[in-house]
Amino acid sequence: MSENSESKPYINFLQAESKHKGIFKWILSTDHKRIGIMYMTGMMAFLLVGITLGFLMKLEMLTPGKTIMDAQTYNAFFTLHGVIMIFLFIIPGLPAVFGNFMLPLQIGARDVAFPRLNLLSWWLYVVGGIFAIASLFLQGGPIDTGWTFYVPYSLRTGTNVSLPLFAAFILGFSSILTGINFVTTVHRLRAPGMTFFKMPLFVWAIYSTAWIQVIATPVVGITIILVIVERAFSLGIFDPALGGDPLLFQHLFWIYSHPAVYIMILPAMGAVSEIIPTFAKRTIFGYKAIAFSSLAIAFIGYFVWAHHMFTTGISDTSRFIFSLLTFLVAIPSGVKVFNWVATLYKGSITPGAPLLFVMMFIFLFSIGGLTGLVLGSLATNVHVHDTYFVVAHFHYVMFGGTVMIFFAALHYWLPKMFGRMYNEKVAKWSIALIFIGFNMLYFTMFILGYEGQPRRYWDYLPQFQTLQIISTVGSWILISGILLMFGNLHRSIKRGAKAEANPWGGKTLEWTIPSPPPVHNFDEIPVITHGPYNYGEEEAK
Amino acid sequence: MANEHSEKNHSVGYGTYVLIWLVLVGLTVTTVSISGINLGNIALAVALLIAAVKSAFVINIFMHIKFEEKIFKVFIAIALMTLLSVFVLTAFDVFFR
Repeated sequence: MSENSESKPYINFLQAESKHKGIFKWILSTDHKRIGIMYMTGMMAFLLVGITLGFLMKLEMLTPGKTIMDAQTYNAFFTLHGVIMIFLFIIPGLPAVFGNFMLPLQIGARDVAFPRLNLLSWWLYVVGGIFAIASLFLQGGPIDTGWTFYVPYSLRTGTNVSLPLFAAFILGFSSILTGINFVTTVHRLRAPGMTFFKMPLFVWAIYSTAWIQVIATPVVGITIILVIVERAFSLGIFDPALGGDPLLFQHLFWIYSHPAVYIMILPAMGAVSEIIPTFAKRTIFGYKAIAFSSLAIAFIGYFVWAHHMFTTGISDTSRFIFSLLTFLVAIPSGVKVFNWVATLYKGSITPGAPLLFVMMFIFLFSIGGLTGLVLGSLATNVHVHDTYFVVAHFHYVMFGGTVMIFFAALHYWLPKMFGRMYNEKVAKWSIALIFIGFNMLYFTMFILGYEGQPRRYWDYLPQFQTLQIISTVGSWILISGILLMFGNLHRSIKRGAKAEANPWGGKTLEWTIPSPPPVHNFDEIPVITHGPYNYGEEEAK
Repeated sequence: MANEHSEKNHSVGYGTYVLIWLVLVGLTVTTVSISGINLGNIALAVALLIAAVKSAFVINIFMHIKFEEKIFKVFIAIALMTLLSVFVLTAFDVFFR
């Protein structure tokens, strides 16, 4: 395997010149690394907007009745919080940022298979984002349907529905094109000798995710167009008043949106499988089991969508089948968790910030996963459906799962991306604040939901106030932790200590090249002769 | 992966393209015509069958998949199997509601 010498002078991708000047050097660049960073910039901006909306919603819930906003504004806020967090942050999520940046590096390629298509994906993301934001300020006002756009309300509300829906349609195209690019890249551009079972597990996860992006996303695209057309021409596809079937919308919506949950979580699981071996200095336990469990989750994830519809009046046969299939997802998920824990066993563990985020992920994701089984069971689902219990569950899975690993990946790969180190002490303080704030904010919601607090309500009964106050105070602590973390990362990028090529002692290919990577990644494409987590020699010692 | 891409030239004559196009137009006319006939429960199945035949022509001939490498056929088969599974699972709701 060839290794670029650290001391050899080179032009890294951040310094590289092109025929364009100023900002155009970036926004017209087809370099996968720059596109990854551009996605990161856009997503961070949207994340901060989403966090602000969430903060204001929690502030409203500090007291029963009106605290800072009226009910209609609250409806718009929870919709926008959902739309922004789902479509503009967490779905592009790890694939758009770290998939773009790391996938070619990890398989020993100089770029993705279709660099210009990759740039188009980013532009579509930007255009989708602009449309979504523009809809807030146009006549009719911000959308108030909830991020799920359920009919018949979304057909009848006078707020701006068609434009944010069209924005989601465009964002879907961005996602499909990224998926096509990644599937092709993995099939065509692996370095010589890198068989499928020598690929890093992050690549396996991105590959599985790319398949979901390609196959599932068109369904939501079609559904969105049908809603827009029905709003414009009263076609009667979904509206029961015109002979349509509102449950058909829910089927179509969740046929995409449930697999989308796995678009969100699978890449995060891939990143966990990178961080754990590096920080435990051990070869991953059960490589093939983890790789196949990614495919299994992607596969089974297609066939569980109706568990979002247990109380809507779908057939009992259907409820039984979808409940059973839902329980099956727990098996490959469990396989992963047990393999990660087994990898740590007897490892030489360095408790750096990325690993602490991973530990937090395993704890929070396990709570999120197990409460998912409560929701997947037909009887208990009826009790907690559409309550805060559901809100707590998906925040534990999505925020405690995907977003924590997004943060972990930011810390893990920051030295590679920018050639700078973050401040470890500040990072650990931010992790402590995030952990405490997160659990105060969301664990109380499990109790509130179980006691009967419905989701998306602007008001609540006085007996819920104590838990609501704990939850709101938790949001302040959580946001303090997140801001501290971003401050630390931002300072590191500007003024952090210089990072070595391989600060963590990682074994995958991205750590064999200098930090930040050269423009064309590898001077010489490496030849792969062994698996990705080759800690065998150290373990033998 | 440095797969050798074996490019083979399969030329499909204009005549074939025109013939397939005419078949597609014919099948479209058939779909529209039988929508006026009350076929009861099998109406949906017939419409889907005709659409499937049309898609097969487009995918194989116009999109050239018939002459491509096996991997492309596998990709399309996976997408079709997924679609079929989604249809079957949705049917469990529609027919047992």
